Amino acid sequence: MNIDYTKELALVEGNPRLADIDELISRPLTQPVTKKYYIALSISGTALLIGVYSLWLTLYYGIGMWGNNVPVGWAFDITNFVFWIGIGHAGTLISAILFLLRQRWRTGIARFAEAMTIFAVMTAGIFPVIHTGRPWLAGYLIPYPNQHLLWPNFISPLLWDVFAVSTYFTVSLLFWYMGLIPDFAILRDRTVSKVKKTIYSVFSLGWRHSNRHWRHYEKVYMILAGLATPLVLSVHTIVSFDFAVSLIPGWHTTIFPPYFVAGAIYSGFAMVMTVLIFVRKIFDMENLITLNHLERMAKVMLLTSSMVAYSYLMEFFIAWYSQVPSEQYDFWARVVGPYRWAWYFMISCNFLIPQLIWFKKIRRSVPILFIISICANIGMWFERFVIIVQSLSRDFLPSSWHMFTPTLVDFGVLTGSFGLFFTLVLLFAKTLPVVSMVETKSVLEGSQPHHYNDDHNGEVGAGHANITAGVGAALNGGKNGN
Amino acid sequence: METKNLHSVAALFDTPEKIINAANKVKDAGYKKFDVNTPYPVHGMDKAMGLGQSKIGWITLFFGFSGAIFIFLFMGWTMAMNYPYVVGGKPFFSFPAFIPITFEVTVLSGSIATIVGMLAVFFNLPSLNDPIQDSDYLKQVSTDKFGILIQAANEKFDKEKVVEFLKSLGASTIEYIYEPEKEEFKILQPKFMVFLALVAILTSGGTYVTLNKLMYVIPFNWMDRQSKSNPQSETTFFHDGFAMRMPVKGTIAKGFMPYPYQGQAQPNEVLSNPTLPTKEILELGQRKFLTFCSPCHGNYADGNSRLRGQFPPGPTLHSDKIIGYSDGMIYNIITNGQNAMPSYAYQIPREQRWAIIDYIRVLQRAQNPKPSDFQAISQLKKESGKNVVN
Ligand code: HEC
Repeated sequence: MNIDYTKELALVEGNPRLADIDELISRPLTQPVTKKYYIALSISGTALLIGVYSLWLTLYYGIGMWGNNVPVGWAFDITNFVFWIGIGHAGTLISAILFLLRQRWRTGIARFAEAMTIFAVMTAGIFPVIHTGRPWLAGYLIPYPNQHLLWPNFISPLLWDVFAVSTYFTVSLLFWYMGLIPDFAILRDRTVSKVKKTIYSVFSLGWRHSNRHWRHYEKVYMILAGLATPLVLSVHTIVSFDFAVSLIPGWHTTIFPPYFVAGAIYSGFAMVMTVLIFVRKIFDMENLITLNHLERMAKVMLLTSSMVAYSYLMEFFIAWYSQVPSEQYDFWARVVGPYRWAWYFMISCNFLIPQLIWFKKIRRSVPILFIISICANIGMWFERFVIIVQSLSRDFLPSSWHMFTPTLVDFGVLTGSFGLFFTLVLLFAKTLPVVSMVETKSVLEGSQPHHYNDDHNGEVGAGHANITAGVGAALNGGKNGN
Repeated sequence: METKNLHSVAALFDTPEKIINAANKVKDAGYKKFDVNTPYPVHGMDKAMGLGQSKIGWITLFFGFSGAIFIFLFMGWTMAMNYPYVVGGKPFFSFPAFIPITFEVTVLSGSIATIVGMLAVFFNLPSLNDPIQDSDYLKQVSTDKFGILIQAANEKFDKEKVVEFLKSLGASTIEYIYEPEKEEFKILQPKFMVFLALVAILTSGGTYVTLNKLMYVIPFNWMDRQSKSNPQSETTFFHDGFAMRMPVKGTIAKGFMPYPYQGQAQPNEVLSNPTLPTKEILELGQRKFLTFCSPCHGNYADGNSRLRGQFPPGPTLHSDKIIGYSDGMIYNIITNGQNAMPSYAYQIPREQRWAIIDYIRVLQRAQNPKPSDFQAISQLKKESGKNVVN
């Protein structure tokens, strides 16, 4: 527990050899499926089936199966959408922003977080499509010369959303795949099965680890990180425009974009933490996804939680300062109105509980971090619920106020979204390397030449960790013995 | 194997330092066609190999900006020129509202172009039949060794010398890599033809099923199945079985005016025409006559029905009887109908009925002109020269 923070921590613990990294990371792909995995898969699969059935009911009978009704036209559907899109933000943040900031510790968690981004955006993408009630008409969102000679309304935030989310998904997927290409090549060269070899060969595109490729590859990684950074910030900004550009009290505020982005990163990190705590345990990857990673992620959570808390307070201040009665009433109603329980959930999970992260003991305690991350997930869901349902249920006209009561189908769809997400995560963990082998190798101690600039003719390859021939201690996945 | 089949000589090294050193030496020795394969990008290798900065950023720049300009102009064109409509009182060309999508498309086109450009143009991938595929050499550099490979295509390539040279640099293993045997793929081989046929059947069948069947499976109703009753249909919802409802007894429609001679075929007394035969009224009357009366009574009210015997033709309205009828009498016929002629009270509002009558009077007068009419016509003819017919 005594960490010397003046020195940079080793990114990978246990000082493994390069070959060990491949072995360790690709082990889940080759080992027979365990009982634990089946149990997990059956749980998430059941949730997914519940979701599929609820969706079927929704499509067959229409969205009258949900509790939405005027004035609460958006409820669980858009709450889930914003929630899942938010979850997706951590991945790109880790893979792009932390990359640009030269945070090399991101290596251990980047691949997983990126995958979670993709799965979360896929899950999120369902909701805007189904909330219209006739998802098969969604094709009209694409600007093509259709038979009505009508174009989509490009100045509507809802269409911005379509562009933002689909761009985000495409770019994340490309970014992720690009990172996977060299790893596919490694798998291709390791495997002995013919079928697997064919699959890996196709996906690796014939990658040869050539340095003439690496130099462009690294540059492109940098460029994409540069593009993805404003992109990730723009996505939740645009999602927040869905609300901020309208006039409903509680929505019509300029603080929404930064507030939403901070909340998204907070919830995203929480979800990554929740999942990684499981994964490192199940797949014995405690040396790659170390306690230090979790601690750093907890710190990011603390930061973003504070930003979110600041926004909560600032919203109240602005409501008072604006002197707009309906705005003031709406915020007052959050604290004392019929939905106050949701607001209390939100404040305690997003603001009070994360304060525990200030303590180092708690930051480095996995079970407590796990509980905090679960709380953060719940809290962020309720944040969106408060913003959407509470604001809509108390709009300008008291005569139109109405409470929202979710139906079983509402809960079914919510359950299904978790089912889909975790099923995809589980399948991913079993079929693809969950940590980037190439990147991990490149940050290993001794993997980069020392003094390559000043002395070409000097003594080579002596004096530091022998990464190819050394004795690895990582393979057992035990706590490191260094 | 013969030398001409030799693709390259490859050497493996154990540490990143050695490979940097080797790359430097190979470059200095003047070999142009060589490559370094490492399990991960090794810092400083580009310099050691004598490679400059990657130029791929230009692709991003070009395609990013092209995407931005295209989508911006496209939005401006659709929203302000091709199909302008007012949304929320905003201007058709709403510059600020175009920014989000312009940004997204910039990022999208920039990133797709960069990745596709890198893989397809810069790397020439996918290339699964490169000579080093499947070699031990590639398997080793995939894992933990650092390899360098000098191609036989180099100008001053000499197999023995290169091997000596690489060994002197500290290579741990040397491997010869041979060109793969050329494989021929004939287009007309049966397997391929069967494959083509299968693809054709699957795509056309799939398209047919999707467009004609799948898209209309419940619940994908394109609003042609709705939970509502159509006019004249039955329903089980109401006790009387009629889907259409009658108005409540005693309901008076908006704008309703009672007609005192309702149902009387030849009333003694009738309403008198409240309109004056002005140009507007006559034109209105003409339009309405052509719409409502001409099918049966003919375009000139001469009984030349346009229905060609599908309905008993209306008699001519130029008979002395009709000329002698008062306006109110004709109004009564239009309103009540007469024998085979139905009532037009529901189709034609009151003013228009009167306008039709005014127009019928014009038609009648045209059949039986007075001398003064000829005078007026010749007067008009003189004034305008040629514009008046006859
Ligand atoms: C569906 C065909 C039809 C249309 C349309 C129609 N009529 Fe008639 N109309 C008849 C027939 C048939 C008669 C002869 C009725 C009878 O036998 O008494 C008739 C009779 C008349 C008569 C009386 C003629 C007579 O000799 O007694 C008048 C006047 C008349 N129509 C005016 C009109 C006017 C004005 C309109 C346009 C608003 C009109 N009709 C539209 C079929 C039509």
